[in-house]
Amino acid sequence: MDLVAKLGRQGIHFTIHLGSSLLFLGSALKGAAASFSRFRLIIEQLYAVGVLTMLITVVAGLFVGMVLGLQGYYQLVNFSAESNLGLIVALSLVRELGPVLSALLFAGRAGSALTAEIGLMKATEQLAAMEMMAIDPIKRIIGPRFVAGIISLPILAAMFSAIGILGGYLVGHGQFGIDSGVYWHSMQSGVDLIKDVFNGVIKSIVFGFIVVWIALYEGYNSPPTSEGISRATTRTVVWSSLTVLASDYLLTALMFGE
Amino acid sequence: MEDFIVNASDIHFAYRDRPIFEGLNLAIPRGKVTVIMGPSGCGKSTFLGLLGGRLAPTSGNLEFDGQSVPAKLGPSLYKMRRKMGMLFQKNALLTDLNVFDNVAFPLRETTELQEPLIRIQVLTKLEMVGLRGAGDMQISELSGGMARRVALARAIVLDPLIVMYDEPFVGLDPVSMGIILKLIRNLNDALNLTSIVVTHDVKEGCEIADYMYLLDRGIVSAQGTPDQMLVHADPAIEQFMQGLSDGPVRFHYPARDYLEDLQDI
Repeated sequence: MDLVAKLGRQGIHFTIHLGSSLLFLGSALKGAAASFSRFRLIIEQLYAVGVLTMLITVVAGLFVGMVLGLQGYYQLVNFSAESNLGLIVALSLVRELGPVLSALLFAGRAGSALTAEIGLMKATEQLAAMEMMAIDPIKRIIGPRFVAGIISLPILAAMFSAIGILGGYLVGHGQFGIDSGVYWHSMQSGVDLIKDVFNGVIKSIVFGFIVVWIALYEGYNSPPTSEGISRATTRTVVWSSLTVLASDYLLTALMFGE
Repeated sequence: MEDFIVNASDIHFAYRDRPIFEGLNLAIPRGKVTVIMGPSGCGKSTFLGLLGGRLAPTSGNLEFDGQSVPAKLGPSLYKMRRKMGMLFQKNALLTDLNVFDNVAFPLRETTELQEPLIRIQVLTKLEMVGLRGAGDMQISELSGGMARRVALARAIVLDPLIVMYDEPFVGLDPVSMGIILKLIRNLNDALNLTSIVVTHDVKEGCEIADYMYLLDRGIVSAQGTPDQMLVHADPAIEQFMQGLSDGPVRFHYPARDYLEDLQDI
């Protein structure tokens, strides 16, 4: 009976969170729309959310591309198909690894920072002070961050994929001697702009939306204590990562299914 | 007949199942410094939350400047808040802005004033709190007392009708405390404000108040001028005002007999 009660309680708890996060999303979207009239705020957040996540994304992209180059070559060489290395690396990155891994990095670097920042603003009464100064924190704080997150992630994912492809080239050409022309040509002929690149961009926009929604919601609703902020930050990374991975499966099934 | 800028009648409010106010009645006289005191958790800060429209009473009427606060929502609530200034216990300064920009923040966000006019307003308010020379300092560089004065300058920068002070004396050294006490009184009189000071510091509260309210168990348990409050006949009020360790509020939390407890070991 305790188990049933516990499950019921968890279910109610989850439903309440889902409902309040949807209400928050509605307000955040209104705040995001309003923030376009003050683009300077969005630019500031593009720096905080996007530019500061760039280094980790580029470094990770380089290593992921190099590993793909290694693993791809080891398998392809068995079938004398190493000329397709460029295609394998590019498709893996553009379709899947670019959007997904950059979203996971984004959740860890920018999402956690957003949650901690908003949570701390709440704990130090900065959000309450804004309300009392007749300034809507949803418009002033949440909106610009929401827009900046959604703009940043597709750009970061594109950088991740581009650097990854370069990493694959460094390994394929530099280490294994695959001809430059062959590496790039296989990509040119095999990667479809709409099906592969455009779908990858759509994925990263969706992932950006998910990560900033969760990060801002968790920050805005975190208990105003150090423990509360710490837990909220952890929840942001865990929930963002899981939701990105689950939605990647759904999006892949929709985009690439027969 | 005295003019009251805030009227609260029969206010009820609860945090979930925990009742805070059970029929609170109080009125804040215009142009005066009114101090609201009471033990921790009695709802002093909650009252400021209700008055600012950040919380809504479950029942009762709360009026500010002749208008019902709970009836205000969205833009009309924000319009009403422009007549209110608030000094928060944690100062609530924006840590990514310097002193000048913190004080200028409400003007830049809520008015169409040009930058030269904003500069005049901000420098005037910083001068009033004695920090005109600290405009370029970062918030992290300020002492506790300076941070509170910056927050005070920001609270009055929109020229409000009332200023609410939430525990303004907490965590200040004696010099800073003296400065804040002087500022509250001077600003109230010079700018023709109404000040509501929420505190549990009896000495400082009595020093500054024109009128005092003591809250306890969801209602006003006593009210009057500081002189009247200090000689109140009620033992519970006397215990609070004199800071006595024992009285109607017992020093010992209820427990079974001490000897019995020890014998069980």
